Amino acid sequence: MIPELGQFALVLAVCLSLCQAALPLAGSFTGRTDLMLLARPAAAGQFVFVGLAFAILAYAFLTDDFSVLFVAQNSNSVLPTVYKFTAVWGGHEGSLLLWSLMLASWTLAVAFASRSQPLEFTSRVLGVLGIVSAGILLFTLLTSNPFTRLLPYPVDGVDLNPLLQDPGMVIHPPMLYLGYVGMAVPFAFAVAALLAGRLDRNWARWTRPWTIGAWLFLTCGIALGSWWAYYEVGWGGWWFWDPVENASFLPWLMATALVHSLAVTERRGIFKSWTVLLAISAFTLSLLGTFLVRSGVIQSIHSFANDPARGLFILGLLLLISGGAFVLYAFRAASLESEGGFHPVSRESFLLANNVLLVVATVLILLGTLYPLFIDALNLPEVSIGEPYFNFVFLLPMLPLGALLGYGMHAAWQKMSGMVLLRQLLWPLVLSVALALVLPFIFFGTNSFMTVVGLAAGIWVALSSLVMPLGRALNSDAVRLTRAQWGMCIAHLGVGLFIIAATVTSGYSVEQDVAARVGQRWQLAGYELEFRDLRQIEGQNFTADEAEFEVRKDGRYVAALRPQRRDYPVREVVMTESAIDATAFRDVLIALSDSVGDGAWAVHARYKPLVRFIWIACVIMALGGLLAATDSRYMRPKELRAGVKPAVGVPLEEGGR
Amino acid sequence: MRARHQRMIFIGAVGLAMVAAAGLAYKAFKTNLLYYYSPSQVLAGEAPVERRFRLGGLVVEGSFERVTGTLTARFLVTDLKSEVEVEYNKTFPNLFQEGKGVVAHGTLAADGRFVADTILAKHDENYTAPEVLESLAGSEAWAEE
Repeated sequence: MIPELGQFALVLAVCLSLCQAALPLAGSFTGRTDLMLLARPAAAGQFVFVGLAFAILAYAFLTDDFSVLFVAQNSNSVLPTVYKFTAVWGGHEGSLLLWSLMLASWTLAVAFASRSQPLEFTSRVLGVLGIVSAGILLFTLLTSNPFTRLLPYPVDGVDLNPLLQDPGMVIHPPMLYLGYVGMAVPFAFAVAALLAGRLDRNWARWTRPWTIGAWLFLTCGIALGSWWAYYEVGWGGWWFWDPVENASFLPWLMATALVHSLAVTERRGIFKSWTVLLAISAFTLSLLGTFLVRSGVIQSIHSFANDPARGLFILGLLLLISGGAFVLYAFRAASLESEGGFHPVSRESFLLANNVLLVVATVLILLGTLYPLFIDALNLPEVSIGEPYFNFVFLLPMLPLGALLGYGMHAAWQKMSGMVLLRQLLWPLVLSVALALVLPFIFFGTNSFMTVVGLAAGIWVALSSLVMPLGRALNSDAVRLTRAQWGMCIAHLGVGLFIIAATVTSGYSVEQDVAARVGQRWQLAGYELEFRDLRQIEGQNFTADEAEFEVRKDGRYVAALRPQRRDYPVREVVMTESAIDATAFRDVLIALSDSVGDGAWAVHARYKPLVRFIWIACVIMALGGLLAATDSRYMRPKELRAGVKPAVGVPLEEGGR
Repeated sequence: MRARHQRMIFIGAVGLAMVAAAGLAYKAFKTNLLYYYSPSQVLAGEAPVERRFRLGGLVVEGSFERVTGTLTARFLVTDLKSEVEVEYNKTFPNLFQEGKGVVAHGTLAADGRFVADTILAKHDENYTAPEVLESLAGSEAWAEE
């Protein structure tokens, strides 16, 4: 009975989302305030019912209701409780429901935070969000209903995929989806501006914190995914250019471009149509990502769903939502007038370069991701594209981006002397090149062209991010940095640290695959490993072979690592649980693979310098985003209006409340 | 600068960057393209000799053997018409099993063996790569199963 209530809640949510899509939009064009005022209650109601459906599905999982097909497919009575809950999004149907819940949450947040914005504008934004929501909810109900019953129902379920029985999987999907789906908000703002045929700096000021918000969740989500892959499936790799990874990374690149383009639009009233195009593209890539992941058209290590009907539905949705927005853009973009110009050496130019380079990276990665699809459609010999392609086409635009980033941060708006800029940043430039040449020798004893280039870029970006905070700290008379400026410096410091970490990990990791017996000792990058013991252990829903390795350095004990090879009997799946000794500056990772006969076991051993900094850097980037998004000019618009330039005639409260 | 000039500079910059990137990317693209071949195609001599490619099919039951105590292992891959011997000396992914689908990346040795540097097995234990299914689809033995 209770699962049927969940289905009923979903149906009600669809009805409310259709109301939210149709009525406020109609009202905004006919000037009927009563229709426009329906947007907020519809959004709130939709949130309540999607939330209810989600809660009911979670309840079905927690109570082991295997008469629900989705529960039977993704859970088991002996599954640990926390994974019973996270199994809600461990499969296709549930993760769509999570998608909808995230969208409903963003919509609700927009509905309540937009009270100071014109009602006409808000109702268009909420109307567009309603269309997206209706599409996804209908998709869920019609092709992937999580409440479908299974009769006669089984005594027990087939268990959650053991790969997903992991703490990383508890928070990775919700974070990623918050970011993914959050891109719907700038998309809706962009479409609303196009519908109105005008876009002012206030628009950019409203849109920017939402975009940064979605961006920071996406950043954390991608970082969590990388971390999970690193210890769970990658055995030391942290990025694979897998289509599903690309599906989340492409919107991230676009969102990054959008955040920077919005800065120009907010500050100077230019790049308007470009900003709108980026906002539409970013969400289109999110939808495309959903299509790629959910339709199974591209083979990937993540592809769970493999249903052409679902793929077709999402493709239709993609054409309707993004296609519609692009058509609207084609007709209306010309009406978005620029409010001024800029000099070749100026903040605007650097941000333009940022956008061009990020878009180039996005296009080339998209090409590599979709190419196998095109080839397949043309019935040509099947191909796949290797990691070296992606590494190359990503680095190609990112290296100039890193070089320009330091200057861009310190360039003045509108016009600036190039010489002043060069002189101001001379010491970070010299220092970064010098350190890049010397540091690898001190720590690793060798050097290569790519590590020097990567390190120089990373140190340069990090140092130039510190120039502003250090300068203010040394000169007590200087104006204090605003929260947004702190955000910018910290986020870019994160970028610098990321480049350094990625360079060092890629250049100086040591990887060994050995056949080892108990008692065997060998060297890994200055560490001595000893295979000490092997035993059988029992987990809650698995049995495992557990090995014990002792790690020593210079004869001193460092750590004991216990990697496992787990056997999950319900799904007849074998899983390798790697063991890691992690410090801030290096990881030693050991994974136990098969028994190779004669008492020997296949063992992976990895030494990964600075690999932790890859994820720490992402967190620092996101932290910078958080500071920037919560700047006082977004939080307290009234005070801003008294301080800076007057806003372009937007009343604070509008509509017949 | 007027807005018109700006737009022209902008479009010029985008265009130039795109062309430059496209040229370099094309080169990377060409060198990293991996073609797929089935065991029958390999035996028919259609597969390249010195270039890496992907070989896919099913692991023949009972064909897996390991040089005891080392990582080196050999097995046969079949499309149910022909068989090719594959050699691999790294650790196998967990989902690798006899009778199940496999995709191997590597090169063809002079003696006709396929020396793999990567063996792919997918997250889903029911997963079979689409092109593997396709090359199996032509065979009747598969249809009966």
